Amino acid sequence: MLTLAHFLTLGAILFSLSVAGIFINRKNVIILLMCIELMLLAVNMNFVAFSRFLGNLDGQLFVFFILTVAAAEAAIGLAILVVLFRNRQTINIAELDDLKG
Amino acid sequence: MIVQQIIFYAFALVMVLAATMVITVRNPVYAALYLVLTFFSAAAIWMLLEAEFLAIILVVVYVGAVMVLFLFVVMMLDINMVPLKEGFIRNLPVALLVAAAMAVELLMVIWSKSRFGVDLFPVPPPTPAGHSNTQALGELLYTNYLLPFEVAGVVLLVAIIAAIALTLRKRTGIKIQDPARQVRARRDESVRLVKMKSEKPQGG
Repeated sequence: MLTLAHFLTLGAILFSLSVAGIFINRKNVIILLMCIELMLLAVNMNFVAFSRFLGNLDGQLFVFFILTVAAAEAAIGLAILVVLFRNRQTINIAELDDLKG
Repeated sequence: MIVQQIIFYAFALVMVLAATMVITVRNPVYAALYLVLTFFSAAAIWMLLEAEFLAIILVVVYVGAVMVLFLFVVMMLDINMVPLKEGFIRNLPVALLVAAAMAVELLMVIWSKSRFGVDLFPVPPPTPAGHSNTQALGELLYTNYLLPFEVAGVVLLVAIIAAIALTLRKRTGIKIQDPARQVRARRDESVRLVKMKSEKPQGG
């Protein structure tokens, strides 16, 4: 029998994997953006699971809005990435130290 | 019921393996393609959760638009991958430690019977045939969630304008027509009347 915990477990594993991805791909902005997409997917999985097991559609509507914002975020993030590469010829985070942070 | 379990475990396995490949594979093109596989498996599992509309939206919008945008950018940029991979092995233990700690903590909360147990969240009966998930979502979206829906539209508009404004550039040194300049052209700029004496024919 598939219970709520099964789906939440899947979401938790996916979220942990994407956190690990952010740690091991610290130099590559593109993979970092993909890891953020994975995180959002993990959160959406939890929303959909709760929506089903509480019998309430509001969770699915939240996923709808998260998908909208994630699409906007991906579009702007990739635009920034293109501008960055055009100006610096690199997307290595270690070399982006103009602000001396 | 057993069929559902088989489907769930199969797609969950594919999903976790694909996500692992996304974060470990060297080539970002392959990473994007594995991310597509992850989204497909997630869509299948959302089907299992009877969120049919969102499953289709995930495939159409995410795989069809966002991931293609990712692939487009990855292939457009000529990236030297060698320096981007240094530190991969060095960061691996830390990453595994943090991810394992996080996963264990989350799983401890999730599998505690008093919080998300079966008696608190009983398995709902399958919805009857003929029930339209899309219609139910639409009815909610255009009544209770009308304002957030409009705001989402504005967010998308802002994203379009921002993306175009960021990537727009004036290129110098190329021949290009400027219609406004052409329309504004006046007679004085192109025609010059010169007064001069008429010349006598040579040798006449």
